[in-house]
Amino acid sequence: MIPGIIVLVYLAVVAYIGIFASRRGKPSSEDYFVASRSLSQYVFLLALFGTNMTAFAILGSSGVAYHRGIGVFGLMASSSALVIPLTLFFIGTRLWAIGKKFGHMTQVQFFRDRWECSAIGTVIFALTIVMFVPYIIIGVMGGGQTLEAVSATIGPDGEPRAFFSYEMGGALVALVIMSYVFLGGMRGTAWVNAFQTSLFLSFGAAAFFMISRNLGGLDEVIAKLAAEPKTAPLLTRQRIPVEEFLSYTLIPLSSIMFPHMAIMCFTAERVTHFKKTVVLYPICMTLLWLPCVFLGVVAASQFPGLRPGESDDVLLRLLTANTNVWLAGILGAGIMACVMAADSQILAMSTMFTEDVFAHYGGRERFGQQTEVWTGRAFVVGVTVVAYLIALQLKDKASIFELAIRFAFSGFAAMAPVMTAALFWRRSNKWGALAATLWVAATMFGSWYLYSATQEIAPEPGQPFVQIFPALGNLFQRSSTNVLVHGYLPVLPMCLGSALWMIVVSLLTPPPKSATIERYFPT
Amino acid sequence: MRSNVKQNGAGLGTKRTLLVLVVSAVYLVHQDFWNWTRVEPLLFGFLPVGLWYHALYSLLASALMWVLVKFAWPKSLGEIKRKPPESDVR
Repeated sequence: MIPGIIVLVYLAVVAYIGIFASRRGKPSSEDYFVASRSLSQYVFLLALFGTNMTAFAILGSSGVAYHRGIGVFGLMASSSALVIPLTLFFIGTRLWAIGKKFGHMTQVQFFRDRWECSAIGTVIFALTIVMFVPYIIIGVMGGGQTLEAVSATIGPDGEPRAFFSYEMGGALVALVIMSYVFLGGMRGTAWVNAFQTSLFLSFGAAAFFMISRNLGGLDEVIAKLAAEPKTAPLLTRQRIPVEEFLSYTLIPLSSIMFPHMAIMCFTAERVTHFKKTVVLYPICMTLLWLPCVFLGVVAASQFPGLRPGESDDVLLRLLTANTNVWLAGILGAGIMACVMAADSQILAMSTMFTEDVFAHYGGRERFGQQTEVWTGRAFVVGVTVVAYLIALQLKDKASIFELAIRFAFSGFAAMAPVMTAALFWRRSNKWGALAATLWVAATMFGSWYLYSATQEIAPEPGQPFVQIFPALGNLFQRSSTNVLVHGYLPVLPMCLGSALWMIVVSLLTPPPKSATIERYFPT
Repeated sequence: MRSNVKQNGAGLGTKRTLLVLVVSAVYLVHQDFWNWTRVEPLLFGFLPVGLWYHALYSLLASALMWVLVKFAWPKSLGEIKRKPPESDVR
């Protein structure tokens, strides 16, 4: 009961911050969707980092580390610590500048203007929405599941009892998110994200120290893991193939292509706000991920034998087993802070619909900016309610959305060459962008199809890969968790192909008008 | 005058080449195949080498970004002024 009440207090504080932010708002679409491009240095840093950290960063990373070991940190965290700041430095700053110069609020607005074509924006818009929707649904599902788990206590009969059910928890989290996004727009979302980031960064470290103190010395836990043949590989990278480790470094390219991240780049007051952001981002990554991955491995000695899926809540299990109820409640609130990343995703979806559809097809000119903002708000309500209803109906089908997100990450990463060409290559044109986008869509759905069609021949973890088409040798293989192309993750050929299509087709077709090139690349 | 411009251009080219080399080197040291099957040396007695190496790597990434901010910051972006789009692709 106590952890549930603490989390309730936390939700009330979050709602208050978001609603308070709405008092600073102005009646314009630019203010609602990108906070009038006025976020201060530290709010920008914390909001940007918090926006990018979902439930996966805390709960999922521990669950994966439980099965695959400490290498998960190098695979996912340290690669992101390099690649995401680099994309913010090279792409984020330029996005900020073109947003400031031309008033763009979404990537699609930029693509349409840069390549003088409405249709190319519509194609990219459609692909982006398809890849983005599962992310929002899983965010709402995560809210319900986590609130249910955090508020659970052991009853007198020894059975766990949740203070909030999945349905009630999901509704409460969705309602809180909806209220502050509805009223506060980007400013409310950014302030809440900044608060949440401060919370989970400090509580991640606190959880680590509390749990390790209670376990009575981590060196003994590690010695125990090393002595057991089943768990010893968790202390090395034996369960992560070299090719996967190498090709996974391309996955963080997806970050800047996610709509909520790209839109967040438009919100900084000054471009110089990116300076501290890119320097401190890798440190924030380490502060959050290092304890989570390490505790995931520690959990393998505390709760042996969990299957994939069951292991997603090992961090919550460790908290419950090794801290008192008050601390578990406070740390649970920290976990809720991470899980509630759906806010910026819902706002980004609303921004895209309002700017790329409503305003683009004449709604702003016909009905004015106030109607535009109310349209955005109506979308926030609509998207949240639909996501919640899907989360209710498909409670037990979360794995479908999780799978969709995995492929969406590769898809967004493979769209990074399109953005890079738009920003840095004058000669790039709409035909190159269209070819690259179609390549991304085809390969993403193709790899998803191959994955689904080979479920039955998938090897067990640790077993050799299986050839999908024996006539093609090792070209397409199936591991326990992925489809592989010559041993590499599909993201590698997807990114290379996307860049190649962009270059070749742009060179074979006419360049953009010189007036457009002059606007984006003034001499 | 012309030789000064040439020298500046050559200096910029050298700086850019050096920065590309530094970024590439940092990317390459992420692939620490020599630590793949090792547990030791343990940091503080409990952090396996594959973990603390990558924690240090993240600090290296932070240092790299500081170098890029210091020597490759796109100063021209700070002078951007708002201007309405000229074309209407609607």
